[in-house]
Amino acid sequence: MLKRTALFSAHQKQGARLIDFGGWEMPVQYSGLMAEHLAVRKAAGIFDISHMGEVTVSGPGAEAFLNWVLTNDIRKLVPGEGQYTLMCNERGGVVDDLYAYKLSAEVYLLIINASRTAADTAWMTALWEEFPRRDEVNLHDTSHNYSAVAVQGPKVKDFIADCFPNVSCAAMRVERVTDLKKNQIAEFHFENGGVLISRTGYTGEDGFEIVGEDGMIRHVWKKILEKGEPFGIKACGLGARDTLRTEVCYPLYGHELDEETTPMEAGLGFFVSLDKGEFIGRKVLAEQKAHGTKKKLVAFKMADKSAPPRAHYPIWAGGKAVGVVTSGTQSPSLGAGIGMGYVPPEVAKQHPIEIEIRGKHFPAVIVPKPIYRKSP
Amino acid sequence: MSNIPSDLKYTKSHEWVRVTGNTAAIGITDHAQAELTDIVFVELPEAGRAVKAGDTCAVVESVKTASDIYAPLSGEILESNKSVVDSPALANTEPYGGGWFFKIKLSNPAEVNSLMSPEQYKAQVGG
Repeated sequence: MLKRTALFSAHQKQGARLIDFGGWEMPVQYSGLMAEHLAVRKAAGIFDISHMGEVTVSGPGAEAFLNWVLTNDIRKLVPGEGQYTLMCNERGGVVDDLYAYKLSAEVYLLIINASRTAADTAWMTALWEEFPRRDEVNLHDTSHNYSAVAVQGPKVKDFIADCFPNVSCAAMRVERVTDLKKNQIAEFHFENGGVLISRTGYTGEDGFEIVGEDGMIRHVWKKILEKGEPFGIKACGLGARDTLRTEVCYPLYGHELDEETTPMEAGLGFFVSLDKGEFIGRKVLAEQKAHGTKKKLVAFKMADKSAPPRAHYPIWAGGKAVGVVTSGTQSPSLGAGIGMGYVPPEVAKQHPIEIEIRGKHFPAVIVPKPIYRKSP
Repeated sequence: MSNIPSDLKYTKSHEWVRVTGNTAAIGITDHAQAELTDIVFVELPEAGRAVKAGDTCAVVESVKTASDIYAPLSGEILESNKSVVDSPALANTEPYGGGWFFKIKLSNPAEVNSLMSPEQYKAQVGG
């Protein structure tokens, strides 16, 4: 039996097409992937992201514990700030990529991938048992307590404050929700409770992610669709979420990231703080930083008209199969085939490659990330 | 509710067939295009290629997925529709018209009898 989010009946009413995503029955699209994608690029879109996991880590030892478990330096955060970070194994392989928010001096909220919730909590619990100050750290998988939505697009800032008109009441102190800066988080009153709102997203556009109790998020979904309607908001499915993140080269766990791939190989070294002290995976990551990696994640664009590149298609260079596509699609914004994949570092430098599609080779060029850049 | 013209034959795999004498034009049904959504790429067989009923002979791709298209009948490919290759969205907007895929010169016209009637196809897609 697939798990359903608190918004399931809303999706059904809106005519969503539902699919199995990591054990969750989730909307892949409503009106159409292309229209939803372009709504987010030009106006606004709302996504159900309730399948994502939430872990709270609290106590006087929480900061030290998280700085040992995660790659980024959590000490950089003040209450009300978040950061993109990674959780690695001893080999430097990625257990998960996540957002870590500091809600108050000793309380942190981690937003993790739905498909990794069990693996992450098992790994964190194992590390907690080894952690000398474990008595000062409380670790809770609170995923079942929360639902969440993402509201993304250039027009969102024009109506989001109509949905949450109050000053914030916890975490970052702001007068209005639109005063939140990128990666900041705050709690706002909503109806007779509160929701956490961060200025983050997975689309490359400005936007907000809102976490709260099930009943609260049902009302948030309705309210945002109502206030966003004059601005052209569309309910968007995982299909558009995937093409949007691929255009801006955000990794997706299971595609660009897995336990045998390191953040350095994935081009995420920016989120690895090698100088913060000891942390899990540091040895391998420092070694790779100094001496390079055997594979490198690149972004590419098809040079000519072809079928869209897709995950698992072989990448060729110099007459040899040198790598594999991890994500690929027809870019709705660019009208061309785009993708990402791993190749040896010497191929990453030499720009012409070929993508094998159903036995035939099609020329592609390695391009800087992100493949799509929003207009300023 | 998808459109299922009464003058065509159908396959389980959602191709439509318009038989005219010894030749048949083939495309994908309105139901199929709606399921596939935004079609971005169509690959069609070369004229002159011999096909057997049930052979994979074309590919249609939406943003999300690639789907095989099967030859509903045996024969030789007479012609492929260049317009739908150049503008794949035609398969979405005019599935029974400008979005046709290819024509077959039939080698065994009796195979037509094994195709589905509009009523049978309607029952299959629950239209």
